[in-house]
Amino acid sequence: MPNEIAWQPTASLSMLRQRADMLAAIRRFFAARDVLEVDTPAMSHAGVADLNIHSFKTRYRNEIDCYLHTSPEFPMKRLLAAGAGSIYQICKVFRDDEQGRWHNPEFTMLEWYRPGFDHNDLMNELDLLLQDVLGTVAAERLTYQDAFLTYAGCDPFTASSEALQRCSESHGVVVAGSDMRTALTDVWLDLLMSHVVGPALGRQRPTFIYDYPPSQAALARVRKGAAPRAERFELYFAGVELANGFHELTDASEQRARFVVDQSQRRAVGLSVPPFDEHLLAALNHGLPPCAGVALGIDRLLMLKSGVQAIGEVIAFPFERA
Amino acid sequence: MPSYSTNEFKAGLKIIIDNDPYNVIENEMVKPGKGQAFNRVKMRNLKTGRVIERTFKSGDKVEGADVTDVEMQYLYNDGESWHFMDQASFEQYMAGKEIMEESAHWLKGEETCVVTLWNGQPLVVTPPNFVILEITETDPGVRGDTSGGGGKPATLETGAVVRVPLFVGTGEKIKVDTRSGEYVARA
Repeated sequence: MPNEIAWQPTASLSMLRQRADMLAAIRRFFAARDVLEVDTPAMSHAGVADLNIHSFKTRYRNEIDCYLHTSPEFPMKRLLAAGAGSIYQICKVFRDDEQGRWHNPEFTMLEWYRPGFDHNDLMNELDLLLQDVLGTVAAERLTYQDAFLTYAGCDPFTASSEALQRCSESHGVVVAGSDMRTALTDVWLDLLMSHVVGPALGRQRPTFIYDYPPSQAALARVRKGAAPRAERFELYFAGVELANGFHELTDASEQRARFVVDQSQRRAVGLSVPPFDEHLLAALNHGLPPCAGVALGIDRLLMLKSGVQAIGEVIAFPFERA
Repeated sequence: MPSYSTNEFKAGLKIIIDNDPYNVIENEMVKPGKGQAFNRVKMRNLKTGRVIERTFKSGDKVEGADVTDVEMQYLYNDGESWHFMDQASFEQYMAGKEIMEESAHWLKGEETCVVTLWNGQPLVVTPPNFVILEITETDPGVRGDTSGGGGKPATLETGAVVRVPLFVGTGEKIKVDTRSGEYVARA
């Protein structure tokens, strides 16, 4: 009888060797800079509050709700507050409802934190890591606003939802379905970023996008002023989003306020609302050193290094075979 | 009809977009790490055959299209319409010129076709993959040529014109692949 169950790995064995080599190169990079490798829990009593990121929920002894982490950010910040200094972690993270050519519901993340760095310093270091691991040339930098003006032809800080819709259509991106009729400005910006601007970025050299709209600050500091900007950056290479970093918010009450807003946004659209992480807020209250942090997708990094087109080619057993 | 969430869109699902029935070909998730997830969907308009791409907010719901494929026997053409019979229910259906544009020239009668119904009305008629038809007109061939290279046009009893090898002549029956419109063999 032929065995119909696809038990074999989807990645070639030589790809798995490349993966191991890449992880070794990353560890060498951080060892040379005295950045400490750490390990924090994958399962927590708290979940992520972000509107667009969904935690897997499980139960301990069928009594206590637990959540798989979507990034190791919160416990790593607790280590920073405890005085750990510069730290990094390579771990599996889990995100519900993310599966596709560039997504697997569990994936490998590299995340690191540098006390005393701001987002500019951390972009420099990430650039060096890329040059080391991917062999790229020095990255270019573009503000979020300039990237939109250059590649989409609209201003993300002044355009209305209607103008952003016209802008998408002028690039051949046509929306359908009832939800887009009532979409907020940030949804249109996400649409343009993921369909038009992002795919055009990092074609010659890696591209950092920085200075995001405050509405997309996530856990970044917002620089006040006439034109407030979130001190957040993303890295694109060959049109693919590879990393997201922040000059980290350290203010506990501001962090609590953002969690509350995130939760109310989730509630408003009928999503589950996991409890937010009081451990993190207690640590921020104690004092998080000024720092910058960044998370980078290892699977995508390997996809770009090896030039493959599907995430299953760099993972031994993607979700459908897990 | 039930509604389907964009996460359930997969190849072959039939949905209604702008009042027309579509067949989903491909569904790609596009999501900024911190941002809204979208589904970029490639789909074919079942009326016109045109392929379009549309982007949905992930999780949005879209009405399904009541589209079914039914095996039916082609009965006759009354000059205006083509008549088919559902071999299970014996119910008869009529398809007009527009619907038959791609398939009429393969049918002479009694073939089993797949009739795609939308809300109970024929939308597309797919002839059998292979049909056997008689050549009514073709130039006399060159004897001894069996290579199949080159070829010549031949008109079939249904009016269809296909390229056949030089050695095939008028009055012979041939097997044709209706998907490509190509000669397969002498029958």
